[in-house]
This record gives sequence, structure tokens and C-alpha cells, in this order.
Amino acid sequence: MAKKSPDEVHPVKAFGWAASDPSGHLSPFSFSRRATGEEDVRFKVLYCGICHSDLHCIKNEWGFSTYPLLPGHEIAGEVTEVGSKVTKVKPGDKVGVGCLVGACHSCDNCTADLENHCPQVIQTYNSIDVDGTMTYGGYSDHMVARERYIVRFPENMPLDAGAPLLCAGITVYSPMKYYGLSEPGMHIAVVGLGGLGHVAVKFAKAFGARVTVVSTSPKKEEEALKRLGADSFLVSTNMDQLKKEQFTLDGIIDTVSAVHPLLPLLGLLKANGKLILVGAPEKPLELPAFSVIMGRKTVAGSNIGGMKETQEMIDFAAKHNITADIEIIKADYLNTAMERLAKGDVRYRFVIDIANSVADIYRETTQRK
Amino acid sequence: MVANQPEKEHPMPAFGLAARDPSGVLSPFNFSRRATGEKDVKFKVMYCGICHSDLHMIKNEWGTSTYPLVPGHEIVGEVTEVGRQVEKFKVGDRVGVGCMVGSCRSCDNCSNGVENYCPKMILTYAGTYHDGTITYGGYSDVMVCDEHFVVRVPDALPLDAAAPLLCAGITLYSPLRYYGLDKPGIHVGVVGLGGLGHVGVKFAKAMGAKVTVISTSPAKKQEAIERHGADSFLVSRDQEQMQAAMGTLDGIIDTVSAVHPIMPLIGLLKTHGKLVLVGAPEKPLELPVFPLLMGRKIVGGSCIGGMKETQEMLDFAAKHNITADIEVISADYVNTAMQRLEKGDVKYRFVIDVANTLQQA
Repeated sequence: MAKKSPDEVHPVKAFGWAASDPSGHLSPFSFSRRATGEEDVRFKVLYCGICHSDLHCIKNEWGFSTYPLLPGHEIAGEVTEVGSKVTKVKPGDKVGVGCLVGACHSCDNCTADLENHCPQVIQTYNSIDVDGTMTYGGYSDHMVARERYIVRFPENMPLDAGAPLLCAGITVYSPMKYYGLSEPGMHIAVVGLGGLGHVAVKFAKAFGARVTVVSTSPKKEEEALKRLGADSFLVSTNMDQLKKEQFTLDGIIDTVSAVHPLLPLLGLLKANGKLILVGAPEKPLELPAFSVIMGRKTVAGSNIGGMKETQEMIDFAAKHNITADIEIIKADYLNTAMERLAKGDVRYRFVIDIANSVADIYRETTQRK
Repeated sequence: MVANQPEKEHPMPAFGLAARDPSGVLSPFNFSRRATGEKDVKFKVMYCGICHSDLHMIKNEWGTSTYPLVPGHEIVGEVTEVGRQVEKFKVGDRVGVGCMVGSCRSCDNCSNGVENYCPKMILTYAGTYHDGTITYGGYSDVMVCDEHFVVRVPDALPLDAAAPLLCAGITLYSPLRYYGLDKPGIHVGVVGLGGLGHVGVKFAKAMGAKVTVISTSPAKKQEAIERHGADSFLVSRDQEQMQAAMGTLDGIIDTVSAVHPIMPLIGLLKTHGKLVLVGAPEKPLELPVFPLLMGRKIVGGSCIGGMKETQEMLDFAAKHNITADIEVISADYVNTAMQRLEKGDVKYRFVIDVANTLQQA
């Protein structure tokens, strides 16, 4: 049997932007999505955030990409149809989908609302769904997802600036809670002031922490202090500065996805302090054993969060008026945005105006006829 | 830096074994100890365990040694004198001193009973005491120590086999408790079956854990299971064995002090598992980040324990009949013992019979 082309696999036509090879070049892509099942929610995509993981994946930097690859896991939109068993949302509701669209729902992790740790987790894109088909993400006109993976957007949360929270937000919120770094009065550092970092500063301040931003770029100091509300700023290559701040921190959220030295960061921690890695360098880091032994410090990892916690995070963000700082683009700017993202040239998340980009394509197509 | 006239520094003559230079060769050494202060406990040293740290220090492998260096921080003996303000001990008591003899006593760490994490913690040997003098350790005939840093050795524990608990014991006990690996039914791995490792197996079993020993030497399997009570054994270089055991351990205590790959160990952990380093390789280890993120795992460290916990550990050991497996040696065997220790040729801790064999020339 001939392999079906992506727009024939499922009954409902869909449209988006996908990469066809590791060059990572994104171009218009016709495909299809399943019909709305009993537990499914179908929604028109209005916005989709561009996460650095999207860039890693379209270029196959982690080695497990399958093409065509349609990224996007910070997806926000409006419900158009719900399956017969859906109770959480109704047509017209504002919803989002993050990094996950499925799991086994029966293992210990799933039972503990930690779908993200399920060995059979299904990711929003570049994963195999339960029906054996490839999952395609949010750089597309509409999404279908199981109710369990739908996040409700509170009334007061703007969809464009709220979308990035679905990955960046939960990625920093979850470890702050899990590792006990969300108590008022704690002294927390955020390393790296990008998509993850700037959101981490906002959450940490909302938790009542004193926040220090650690960055390689002295130029980011003013933004960190004046715009994001950080309490202090350290340049990570300035050893004298770092030495003066030794033993001052309860915890560090390290968002940096390139290889970098841990020794100076560990030195900043008090005894029992925790360095949480949420960025994913491809190569191993150097761990000086003495730095964790002296002071009983820990280096830990964290990876997004489960669905229950993701909803909790969005609700917390809405209550504290936390959204991402974004630059809205249209899909025709996508490849340029990716180039800029590779250089860290964005404050601090690109968000694709999907609805208007799709409208543009429709307009072009009808005009050509 | 060489101490000036160590014999005359303090009023009380003392005698021990010291390394004079990074060759690490130990030889007789006359020095002196301070008079018993108001809060001090003075005791005759009966036994002193040989810790691998002693070997690192006599050879200046960590770069922090000053000579002459009298090692020894697993020291037990009998009280001969107490200062006027001493409340916890009296003459004749069986006591011990471990890795520290002082701290600032006022920082958060000291107030929370973790003097071992005080930035001004004073080591039992090769440290600088409050009076500016170098500290000398337990390869010596007598110790004088502030009451706060002295522990009572319970009557149920023989002095010689209890001595190593003062470093090896607390080094394993503390992280088993702190990292929550002390609950019955937990599955704990112990990497390395030496001085630290064998005591770790005993404590973990007593706390109710299922214990897997992970070692490079298949030859240690029988001992691990039959003598120390481990439930299973993994040869770390056997890829198939390691693969089959992936995702089975709640925690691992890694006692290995040489550089070694930790990625396979992280793979053995269940989701939310903890790898705790207590061995101290001098060079950095390779930390693969993806496995930590994907399983929300941690790599942590631990360094001995506070005084309160050290006493608690000894009391726990007494209750559960836990002592180190030792080879008692005479003082004149110490250099040979160090050579054997370097090759891991000891089951599992040398203990110097100080009282009977350390004699002035």
C-alpha cells in the first residue's frame, strides 16, 4: 500500500508551516487532522509561540527529528467543536495546548498528574500518536487534542502573551514549586535572560523571592532591573563579582541551553542550595564533585510539568498579571525569526499571529484564482 | 608552611606519627597539645581509623596540606580530664572525635546543627585552630577537643570497630537521611565497596532498604551479599547488567573517589531518583543534562554530618549492631598500610592500635 501523503492521512484538511529537512527552512505545508473524537477539543489556532526547542528540532540538533516536521507547542486559540464526552470547555472558549498531547494514563506518573514523565508520553509535534500517525504542532490553522491536554485561558489573560507560558512558563514554574524555591523571602537567581529566563524572573518575584539575574551580557542589566523587576544583576564572566556573592542563594534556575561552567554558579549557593537545570545543552557539563559535596548542594533537572500543574500555573499567572514579553510576527517572517532566535535576538519570545497569517494565505490563494 | 617548634607551641607534650612532605611517609613526631581549657575534653587515644582522606592529605593530593601533618579523624579513646565547664563527659567515658574540632558556632549552619557546612569549620588535622595553631589528628597518643565536637561511643560498640564510623559512618548515614533514602522498602544503590561503601550497605539495610552494590570488581559480589547483606550486585562495566537494571533505584550513594562515568548511574535511577556523591574525585565528572531533565533526577553531594547527627548515627549503630569491618594494625605498620590502601587492599578499614603500639622512640 502506498504511503499516504500528509493531507490524506486524516479526514479534516489542515494547513501550516513545516520543515522538510535539517536545514530547518519552514514553508507552507498542507496536511490533515483527525475528526473530533468523543474526548477531543478542536480549536482554531490564533497564536503560537516560538520556543527554542522548535529551532533545535527543525534542525535535528537533538538527533530525533522526523520530517516533515511541523513545530509549535505554545498554542492558543478558540474552541470550534468538542466531542460528546468533553465537559471542560465549550465552543467559543479560549484554550491552549502545550508540549504534550497524550500519555498512557495508567502508570504511576500519570496517576500522579505527571504525564510529562510517562514513558509513553506523546509530544505535540514530532511524536507518534496512539493511532500511529505523526503529531503536528501549532504553526498551523487549527488543532485537535484530547480534553486532558487542553488548558483553559482565564478571561483576563491575553492569548498572544499568554501562549508562551504553555512551555516557557511551566518549565520554570514547576521546578520552583517542586524544589521548594517558591517560599517568600528566598533568594533565587535566574541564569540566562531569554524566553525562559524572563518568565522565571516574573514568577520568582510573584512568589516573593529576591531575584538576581545572572547573564553573560552586561547590556541586559537595565532591562533586568527596570523592566522585569529583578533585584540585582551579575555578569557571569565577572569572577570578582561572583566571588563576592558566594553562599547567598537558596536556589538557581539555569535556563542556558549551551554548555557553560557550573563551578561559579554552585559557589553562589548557600549550604543545601539547589541548582536547577532547565536548559538542555547537547553536550555534558562539567560537574566538580567538591562543589556539591562541600555544602551538600544539589544539581537537579526539570522538564515542563503535568497537565494539572500547567493549568495551576496559568491560573497563578493570570492572578499575578504574568505574561511573556513578546514580538508578534506573521508566518512570512518565520525563517527570519528563527535566524534571529539562533542569535538570541528577541525580547523575549516570538509569537506567530497564526489567524492573520492564515488569512493572508487565503487571500493570496483566492486572489490568484 | 612548616610549624615552628611544634614541641614548644603548647604546654602539654604529645607524640604521634606525621608526614613531613608530599612523599606521605609517616614517621615519629614530637609535638604538643594545649592545656585542657574550661570547655575541653582530654582523652587518651586508644584507636584511630585510617581514612582514605588521610592518604590524600599526607600526599597533598588536594593541594591543601601543610607539613608536618598528623592525620587521623576517626579517633576513639578514654577521657582523662575535663574542663570546668564541661557538662556532657567525665573521666573514664568512652569518646570519639571525627573530622572537625571547631566552627564559628554562630552562623545559620552552626545554629542548625550542621557545623560541617560552616564556612569556618576547623578540620581535625591540617586545619587552623581559633588560637592560630595547626591542628594535629588522631595518629597520636592524646587528644584535646572542645566538648561540642566530642561524641560518646555507646557501650554496646567495641572501640576499635566503632572508630571508622566517625568519618565513614556519618559520611553515609547523613545523606541516607537527608535525601530521604532511609524509608523501608526503598531501593538504594551503593557504588564502591570500600571503607565507605561497606558501612553504607549496613546502614541502608538497617534502615529497611533493598540494597544493590555497584562495583567494578566481580570478585566482590560474594562478600557484598553474604557478608554485608546486600540484596544484589551489579558489575558497572557489564553493559547488559546495567541496562537491565535501568530505572530501578530510588537513590544511589556513590563512594568512588576516582573520576568515573556517572551517566550509567543516572540511568539506573527511577524518575525523581537521586545520585548522591560522597567520594571526592579531584577532577570534574561529566554530567549529561538530558537524563536529569527527562526524569527530574538530581545529583547531590554530602560531606560528613553535624555533631548532633554524628551522635545519632553512633546510637543508631549501637542499636543495630553496626560496626566497620576492620584490620587492626600496629603503629609501625602504618606506611605499609597506606601502600595497601592505595591499591584498595583492605577489608575494609585499617585501624591503628594506638594505645598499645604507638610508642616514643
